[in-house]
Amino acid sequence: MSGGLPRIGVITFPGSLDDRDALRAVRFMGGEPVSLWHGDRDLRGVDAVILPGGFSYGDYLRTGTIARFAAVMEEVRSFAAGGGPVVGICNGFQILCEAGLLPGALIRNRQLRFVCRWIDVRVETTLSPLTGGLVPGDVLRVPVKHGEGQFVAREDELRRIEGEGLVVLRYCAPDGAVDDAHNVNGSTGSIAGVRNEGGNVVGLMPHPEHAVDPDVGATGGQAMFVALLEAALERVSAA
Amino acid sequence: MKFVAHVEISLKPGLLDPQGAAIGGALPALGWTNVAQVRVGKYVRLELESRDRDTALAQVKEMAERLLSNPVIETFAIRDVSEHAGPAYEEAPA
Repeated sequence: MSGGLPRIGVITFPGSLDDRDALRAVRFMGGEPVSLWHGDRDLRGVDAVILPGGFSYGDYLRTGTIARFAAVMEEVRSFAAGGGPVVGICNGFQILCEAGLLPGALIRNRQLRFVCRWIDVRVETTLSPLTGGLVPGDVLRVPVKHGEGQFVAREDELRRIEGEGLVVLRYCAPDGAVDDAHNVNGSTGSIAGVRNEGGNVVGLMPHPEHAVDPDVGATGGQAMFVALLEAALERVSAA
Repeated sequence: MKFVAHVEISLKPGLLDPQGAAIGGALPALGWTNVAQVRVGKYVRLELESRDRDTALAQVKEMAERLLSNPVIETFAIRDVSEHAGPAYEEAPA
């Protein structure tokens, strides 16, 4: 750690789009952004890692499939195994699922259409790098923009996800009610984000990095970045 | 030896297939009102070098399990693995 700020790495894959916004959001929220490259075999000593949104490797074969073989992913895997906070946003979520670091998979939206708009998500657990310090039931306004965000899982896996409290966020109405009308892509159980058993890896389809600056809209992403910086700091002090 | 393998990848039966549903919704416009269900999958053709056919089959199976399909949402079927003597697919004469 340098200068007392938690260092948050953002990985750029070929086809990443939201790496710049993620880096900017880290800086805006008081962290030190560190740009990481898919070919790196070194996470440069960061305290947390973000896999940003976009269309890595053109979404060839399946979304996130090819990116999971990038050199940097070996480092992400061991960082996660050591308890390091890892966040996958949108395409980053898809990559973490394909890499087996998160349960489930993301398939084409139920309505077939790309969806790009502001939505609300309800916090389901505080045991994730993005929701520490929040309260279950809190509603955050953030944007989504994806064509393949419908969360699915095998039946036994889904029971485990729900049973062990691995659901981090659900699509909901502005008042927090979860119903089909607000399930923006037809996800099973309106699931917008999940975590791993260890609680240090989280993936979500919405984009908190686009929702930190009041000059450009709602600020539902701020609380998630506050939580991430806190998780990164805890890691620094634990080391 | 050179082999050609054909692998078919399908979304699991229980999963909603929006692409299939969209195609199923469009077919009646052409007069095809007799189609009960449409499922959309992927087809992958591989040319590979292997010691023998059994080895090729085992290798293709592993490729299908570990990369070509995602076991969470898809199943695969290896339709054929056969010896390939002809020109590459792209070079086939018109």
